[in-house]
Parts: sequence; C-alpha cells; structure tokens
Amino acid sequence: MSKPVIATASLAGCFGCHMSFLDIDERILALVDLVEFNKSPINDIKTFTKPVDIGIIEGGCCNSENVEVLREFRKHCKVLISLGECAIMGGLPAMRNAIPVRECLEEAYFHSPTIDPADPKIMPGDEDLPIILDKVYPLHEIVKIDAYLPGCPPSADLIWKALTSLLEGKPLDLSYNLIKFD
Amino acid sequence: MPSKGLIASIIDRHRRDRTRLIDILRDIQAKSGFISPEAVADVAAGLGLSTVEVEGVATFYHFFSSRTAGTYAVYLNDSIVSVMKGRAAVAAAFEKAAGCAFGETTRDGRIGLHRTSCIGMNDQEPSALINGVVFTNLTPAKAKIIVEGMKAGMDVPAMVAVTGDGANASKLVRAMVKNNIRKGGPVIFAPFRVGAAVKKAVRMTPEDVIAEIKKSNLLGRGGAGFPTGLKWEFCRRENGEAHYVVCNSDEGEPGTFKDRVILTECPQLLFEGMAVAGYAVGAKEGVLYLRGEYAYLKPYLEKTLADLRKKNILGKKIAGKAGFSFDITIKLGAGAYVCGEESALLQSAQGERGEPRARPPFPVQSGYLFHPTTVNNVETLCMAARILEKGADWFKALGTPRSAGTKVLSVSGDCKKPGVYEIAFGLTVRKLLEMAGGLDAQAVQVGGPSGNCISRGQFDRAIAFEDLATGGSIIVIGPGRDLFEVVHNFMEFFVEESCGWCVPCRAGNPLLLRKLEKIMSGKGTPSDITEIETWGKTIKAMSRCGLGQTSPNPILTTIENFREMYEAKVDRGNSFLPEFDLAESVKAASAVTGQKYAAHAPEKARE
Repeated sequence: MSKPVIATASLAGCFGCHMSFLDIDERILALVDLVEFNKSPINDIKTFTKPVDIGIIEGGCCNSENVEVLREFRKHCKVLISLGECAIMGGLPAMRNAIPVRECLEEAYFHSPTIDPADPKIMPGDEDLPIILDKVYPLHEIVKIDAYLPGCPPSADLIWKALTSLLEGKPLDLSYNLIKFD
Repeated sequence: MPSKGLIASIIDRHRRDRTRLIDILRDIQAKSGFISPEAVADVAAGLGLSTVEVEGVATFYHFFSSRTAGTYAVYLNDSIVSVMKGRAAVAAAFEKAAGCAFGETTRDGRIGLHRTSCIGMNDQEPSALINGVVFTNLTPAKAKIIVEGMKAGMDVPAMVAVTGDGANASKLVRAMVKNNIRKGGPVIFAPFRVGAAVKKAVRMTPEDVIAEIKKSNLLGRGGAGFPTGLKWEFCRRENGEAHYVVCNSDEGEPGTFKDRVILTECPQLLFEGMAVAGYAVGAKEGVLYLRGEYAYLKPYLEKTLADLRKKNILGKKIAGKAGFSFDITIKLGAGAYVCGEESALLQSAQGERGEPRARPPFPVQSGYLFHPTTVNNVETLCMAARILEKGADWFKALGTPRSAGTKVLSVSGDCKKPGVYEIAFGLTVRKLLEMAGGLDAQAVQVGGPSGNCISRGQFDRAIAFEDLATGGSIIVIGPGRDLFEVVHNFMEFFVEESCGWCVPCRAGNPLLLRKLEKIMSGKGTPSDITEIETWGKTIKAMSRCGLGQTSPNPILTTIENFREMYEAKVDRGNSFLPEFDLAESVKAASAVTGQKYAAHAPEKARE
C-alpha cells in the first residue's frame, strides 16, 4: 500500500506554524517513514503531482494568490486542516481589517517611516503581483475546512497528535494540555 | 476646547476623587461636546493618574467621544423594538433635516447624529436621548421639528412640550416619558408608607433581618436569581473595614425598562430597601449605580434622598437606632451594557473601565472599593423593603413554591398595551399576551436578547425561575416580522457591547454575526448551522461574564425553537457554500493600485 500523502502551505502567516511543525524534532524520521510529502515548503515541491490525503494550511488569505492556492489545496486534498490562529481567525494580519485598504497601502508605500520623502511615490501595481483583498479572511470562509488546530503556533505535540490520529484513523482526541495556551 | 481652568474646576468640584473619574469626564463631555487628548492629559495630571488610565476610561463608554459629538448630540435608539416602530423613517428624517448622516456631526458642529443601544424606553419607541433629555414616540414629523429647534438654538429641555404621567411630570424630572403601568401589584406598585420597612428592621437584629429575607425565598430580580438573604449573609460574614450596599440600576438588557418606572414612582421604597440591606450587612454607605441613560432622573432622586434624610430614614441614628447610620450616593454610568454585570458595575462605580472582574473573589468578599459588598437589583431591594414591612409569609404566599413573590415585567413590541406589568410568578406567557393584547405573536423574546426566544407552541410555559426565568424584558414579535432581522439586531447589539476582554466573546460574536448574515443571504449550508451551534457553546463556556455567557442565545434559542426557519434558508444539497467572492474582494485594492483581476494560475505562474 502506498504511503499517505501530505501537502502544506503558508499563506498570510509567518511560517511560525511550519517552524512549530518542525519542532516535532526526531519524530520527523518516523513521519518520513509514515507519509510522503507532496507540494510543501518543507521539501520545496511547488506543484501538486498527485492526489493528497491531508492538506495543512497555515495563515489566512490576504491576497488573490492566497485564495487561488487555497482553492488548489481544496481541489487536491481529501482532508484539509486549518493550522493556527491566522488560518482559523485571520490572526495578526487581520488587524488591518478595520482599516480601509487604501489607507493600508498608502501607509505602507507613501507614509511609512522608511520612505524617503524625496523619492517619487510609487504604488506597486504590476499585473503579476497578487492583489490585496479588502480584508484578511480565515480559510473556512473561502473553502470547506475539515479540521482546525488552534494555537499561535499550535505546539509540535498538538500537530503530531493530530497527524498521527488522522493517519491511524482514530478520532481526534486532543487532551486539555495540548490546547491550553496560558 | 475646554480651558485648563474649566477642567481644574470640574476636578475640584469632584474633590479630586479618582473614583469620580466618570462624573468628571461626563462633565467635560457635557461642557465641550467631546473629550480631547489635552483634556485627558489635564485630568490625568489633576488626579495623579497616567494618561493611559484616563484615556482607557474615556474611550470605554459610549457617551464619551474624542471628537465633537455635536452641541446637540442626538442618540437614537437602534434596538429592535425601535426598528419595529419605525426607526428607519425617523432616522432618515433626522438626517435630511440636519444635513448629516448618522455617525457624523454637521460641519458647524451644531448637530451630531449617533446610534445607541436600548435606552429603556421600549414601550414608547422610537426614542432618543438629546443631550441627556429623553424624546419618545418619535415620528419623522417630530424629528423635523426637533432639528428645527436645534438649528434655532433652543434649549433641549424646552423642547419637551408635554410631560408624561406620575413623577415624570414633576418639576425635577419634566420628562415626556410615560410610566405605562398596565398592571400594578401588591409588592412594588402598592402604596408605601415611608419608614414602614426601616423602622421595623431596626427593631430586629441584623441577623433576624437576614433570616426574614431568607425565609421569604426572595431571589435576585436582575435575572440570575441568586437568593438575596444568602447574599446578605455572605456579605455580613466577611471581615472588612467597611461594607457596602450597591444598587444595580443599570438595566441595559434591550427591552427592559421596569427599573426606570420603579425609580420614577417608588424611589422611597428602593432607598428603604437599601437602608434595610445596609442594616443587615453592616454597611454605612450605599451606592446607587444609575445607568447614564437615566441621568435625567438624578436631580429627582437626589431630592428624594434629601427628603429621606430629613425624615431620618437615611443619615445618622436612623429611626432612632443608636449606632446605625447609612447614606446613599448616586453614581452615573456613561453608556455600557456590560456594566449591568455586577463586577463590571463595581469597576465602573469606582471610576474605572467597566470590565468584569475575575471571580472569585465575589463582590460579597471584595466588591466596591474592594470591600465586602452586596450588589442587588432595584426590584430586589424594593421587595426586601416590602418583605420587612409585610413579612416573609405574606410574600411567600405570592407566586409559586419555587419562585416566591411577584415580578415586574417590561412588555414591548407588537402588542396593544406595552408597558409595565407586576405579575405573580407562574403566569403563563399566553395569559400575559392576553393582558397585553399580543396573542397573535409568532414569537416572544423572554429575558431580552440574552434570554430565550420562544415559539407559539411554548406560550403555555410559565414565567418563573423554574421555567422561563427573566430579568423582566418581554418583547412580543408579531406575525409579520422577519425573525432573522430580530436575531440579527440582537447579535449586532452583543458585538457592539462586548467589553473585549475575553477572546471568545470579542471575536466569537462577530463570527456568529457573520455566519448569521451568510445564512440570511441564502449562502448557508447545514454545516453553517452546526458550526454556529458548536461555536456558540464555546463562546458561552469560555467567557468570563454573563455577557459572553449568554450572547449566542439569540441564535442558539431560535435554532432550537425555530429550526425550520433556518433549514428553509440553507442549501441542503450542498456541504459548503462560501459567501466569499474573490472578484468582489479585490475591487478596493484594484482601485488603488490599478491592477486588474484575472484569475492567476498559481501552479504555472510559480514555475
């Protein structure tokens, strides 16, 4: 029997959830035996090459490309997991949600302290750049999400427990300690 | 902008008392129409506080603003009954006449139009507060006249042409508010001889007073139903330099206004109840925390207190009892629903942000100024006074075995006789609807948004702690109404009023509201209903105070009692339908950057 396939992505996140994932330390050796990685920053595979069993996404959607990547994941993955605060709630990036997009962009490109007032004011608008969304969206508002792993970041133990439960076909029974954050 | 001299005089008038910070800010807001950063700094310096502390308080309350709220600040109620009674047309008339939209102030700063949560006038909607003066039963025509008056520079109290009934017409109140007492009862609205309770209490020991209240089975009338006698006993037992009695007159639950009527018509009964409580728990001071919306009653209540002092019902050696002194001060809120929660109320009464405290310690252990305190509802304290006067057995004979006494209900919405009803516990909703002329209702919201929305099939349920417990708000929802609109209004209210301390409440309620909007827009699926149910449970379980613990109720109780309404609205053939529209959501940025949206092909683009 072929190994279950996993794919991951970081959208509007800080890669902290992926770092936390790597904190499974030596268990990664066991994981490599258990699963095969497809599209993921961990192995730098950039495109889906086969159907995926478990997709794991960190970060919410802040631009058009995030949405497209997320939709690709939904298309290719049997189970899709929303990993961490930003994916589930929008997180820190969503702090801009109360501010109009124009203000955000002008703050970033015209008024930020690192802009030299002598420089011409240029608003990046290349067609190849993803377009910023009106606000940052949590994943479940765009595609159907099958499981949520909370935390900022979710601990390595939580990710490990969730993955191994899924791989073994057991119900996701997360103990209080794994989802306790204070 | 207020001068430094003015601010200094305001601070001096409040004796540089940090616990009077809200009164100080109220005065500044009233004088200058807003609280500027400079004013915040001056107040902080005057009270020896950090600017952040003062700013924290100044930004917490709805009736404080950092920009001018207008020389005439109009706060139009946007609670559901106001909407039912024609708020939209009234709002449009205000906007048209004033020449500015809600949320704005006219360019000359003269008129500001603002929304506000329920102001306790649900039986005479639409209503508004203008510079603290209440305007009821508004119509577009009246709105136009009011704006003309404001443009002409009229004094706001002078715009009140006809006053309401009872004490509303008295010189110190002069409000157009109506009492609408549709049904009086033996406990609250029966005649009361001043002194009847206090004089009896001081002839007993404090322990015996507590025993009498315990024997009466009086349960707290604010909604939670905690045994009053037990609360007093806990408070009395605590050691502390001082004990306090705090009366919760912050009825902010949309649809409740019975405390307003009690404060207007029975303040003596209430203040005697506080004095009895003071005697029982060993307190020398009491605080009446009055919601900012009812500030118009303050001069009248102060006068009542002065009269009671003259009659020796308050003050020193009360009713001749050596060693028993007790007096009451009034503290005003400034617009915050959460301050109805007792620990938030205590914070606010101390001049802080009205954020609920962690419990334990409970207020009986660490309450007002962190001393042992009993916090009781207006109606509860009135009942305690009446129990002293008439005896526990008399009281217990009213109501049901588990819910002794009467309950004052505030009935509003789609009924012929909105107003206040003092009923014996055990009355069915159907009987109440008969009395109020609302039998054709499709639903009744019992206990306000935080309570329970019941369907026609449940109208034979009884109003009592053992069945439908309520703080008193009863909103009748007539046959033609869109129940979704009601639920939506209630959820917007909780989103607005969450103090923001607990994440589940601060973030969870907006998520529930969004989910509800998704279902209302026809893009919901059965999974959305399930998710609302799960998330609602989490919000209720993980929030610190009663606000978050009940805020999902509008949705959860309608899902429970009107499930077919939700199921008819969702797409059952689909497991997931996003409300999200990519083309729509990139529009704002496209307008700034000039980018045009064309579906990228990320898989290829990345290679």
